[in-house]
Amino acid sequence: MTVAVATELTARAQQRRRLRRRFTRRPTAVIGLVGIVVFVLVALFGPLLSPDDPNATNYNAIFVSPFSPGHLLGTDDLGRDVLSRLIVGTRASMEAGVLATLIAAVIGVLCGLFAGYYRGWLDTLVARATDVLLSFPFAVLAVGLASILGPSLTNAIIALAVSLIPTFIRVTRAEVLGLREQDYVQAALVSGATTRFIVFGHILRNCLTPLVVQATVAIPGSIIGAAMLSFLGLGEQPPTASWGTMLSESQNYLGQAAWFALFPGAAIALATLSFNMFGDGLADVLDPKGDQ
Amino acid sequence: MTPRLQVDELSVEFDTDEGPVLAVDRMSFTVGPREVVALVGESGCGKSVTSMAILRLLPRRASVTGSISLDGRELTSLSETAIREVRGRDVSMIFQEPMTSLNPSFTIGFQIGEVLRRHEGMSRKQANERAVELLDLVRMPAARTRLREYPHQLSGGMRQRVMIAMAVACSPQVLIADEPTTALDVTIQAQILDILRDLRADVGTSILLITHDLGVVADIADRVEIMYAGHQIESGPVDDLFSRPQHPYTVGLLGAVPRPDLLAEGGSRRLREIPGLVPVLRGLPESCVFAPRCTRATAVCGESMPPLARTGPEQYAACHHAGEDSPVRKGIQA
Repeated sequence: MTVAVATELTARAQQRRRLRRRFTRRPTAVIGLVGIVVFVLVALFGPLLSPDDPNATNYNAIFVSPFSPGHLLGTDDLGRDVLSRLIVGTRASMEAGVLATLIAAVIGVLCGLFAGYYRGWLDTLVARATDVLLSFPFAVLAVGLASILGPSLTNAIIALAVSLIPTFIRVTRAEVLGLREQDYVQAALVSGATTRFIVFGHILRNCLTPLVVQATVAIPGSIIGAAMLSFLGLGEQPPTASWGTMLSESQNYLGQAAWFALFPGAAIALATLSFNMFGDGLADVLDPKGDQ
Repeated sequence: MTPRLQVDELSVEFDTDEGPVLAVDRMSFTVGPREVVALVGESGCGKSVTSMAILRLLPRRASVTGSISLDGRELTSLSETAIREVRGRDVSMIFQEPMTSLNPSFTIGFQIGEVLRRHEGMSRKQANERAVELLDLVRMPAARTRLREYPHQLSGGMRQRVMIAMAVACSPQVLIADEPTTALDVTIQAQILDILRDLRADVGTSILLITHDLGVVADIADRVEIMYAGHQIESGPVDDLFSRPQHPYTVGLLGAVPRPDLLAEGGSRRLREIPGLVPVLRGLPESCVFAPRCTRATAVCGESMPPLARTGPEQYAACHHAGEDSPVRKGIQA
């Protein structure tokens, strides 16, 4: 008994160690992970970290250039501290990225699972609806939905989530169509397993890998999407700070203060890059054939 | 001896784009307590369809008629919930492909335990204890350690043992074994057959063995049902059927079995094949289904499909020329 437990523990520990080594051997993945951790911490503790009140205007200090004392990244057209606004704005971007992806994943996975497992008219309906939604470019769909719903961060997140749902449906459904024909699903049916266990146990468990990878692609997509909606005035409303609204405000002053546009743009790019690099690494690590 | 499983006039028809296909035509057989009945035939003759019909797991485009009863309880009219209770508890099944019949993402213990938790309402702990007993029953070495292992850590023979352990977890009355040894090498085959034999003796399970391997049939079966193109063409106790095959197809099957012992005695070296292919049936046959490949075929064979008729005390064959000029070589006996 003790021997059994011991070998079992080492087997699991070995497995975990192997996965960790495969991950740490990919420097881009590690850098991505570090980036994500930094952005998430900033999003969580933003208000505590920001050196200034992000909404405090100061007309005596408009367009102070970066690296000035008291304003590391300068001030904007209303004299607000850019660094503080960037830090506080992180939360809106992360929220949009993670929440929109989460909502889309839950709905998309459920639709994909049941459509793929039951087939029939339900599947036809879901698959055709997916095709229709996917025929619109992501940005057009998100902008269209957001303008119907009205400008606010919540509505922007809903619009982004709806625009992401079809890809999640498609990924899940494709996996399920293959998995439902597996012998072990047949074996489970034969042993009298409930549909719930077959769908959520046998099938969902085996499509997690592509779904996790899909999610790491969807998060940066919706971060950019949220910035885009704010830029167009459909997301977070001024004066609340967000990367998209900052970009939008900066465009009128590109001639006088180009760096004003640079910082929110860099933040969006860095956050997106972190998620993408992490996602790429994760896809490699989770692919059992990727072990060299 | 009252039969445990009784299949009566079972027909299965598939509705395909090219029209209806008759996969099984009026099949009748029984499996008694502790009896091993073999369903034998070529690929595509309806063996597996018959077994899936018993468990009611055929796709919706299959229409099933006839009666299937388990201990006098009609299975064809049970509700979906009720048949799900029967599956895995009263009737369970093992498959040909042990390599793919276990979910790669779950441990062995979890997968065996799932059946017990589902049908016997056991707790996780009870199920684990029972799983160890079951793995011991199927002679799995180091049973307790295996519980925490994943399928990829086991060999094909060991996986088939796990499948058998899952199938007999609830001491089913009938075990359907669909080519249980086909994917395994011969030494493991013999071990798996031993395990099945023990189950019959210790647990009292009846076995419906689906196979095309006559060696396996001779080894373990009590009775044999020979199928051809969805039709039951010969039926009888294994010894009678192997020593006095009545249907030319059965004769042909026996002639196609490699017999090293005959070779040693200076018998014919070549295996005899049955020329031609199994036909796909669209609707009821108007002639004997085997006639195009049959050496005994005459005019009457082109006129009607012969029904099963008694040819011996317990032996039946569906042939207009049953038993005639059977070219049985001396020495073909079970």
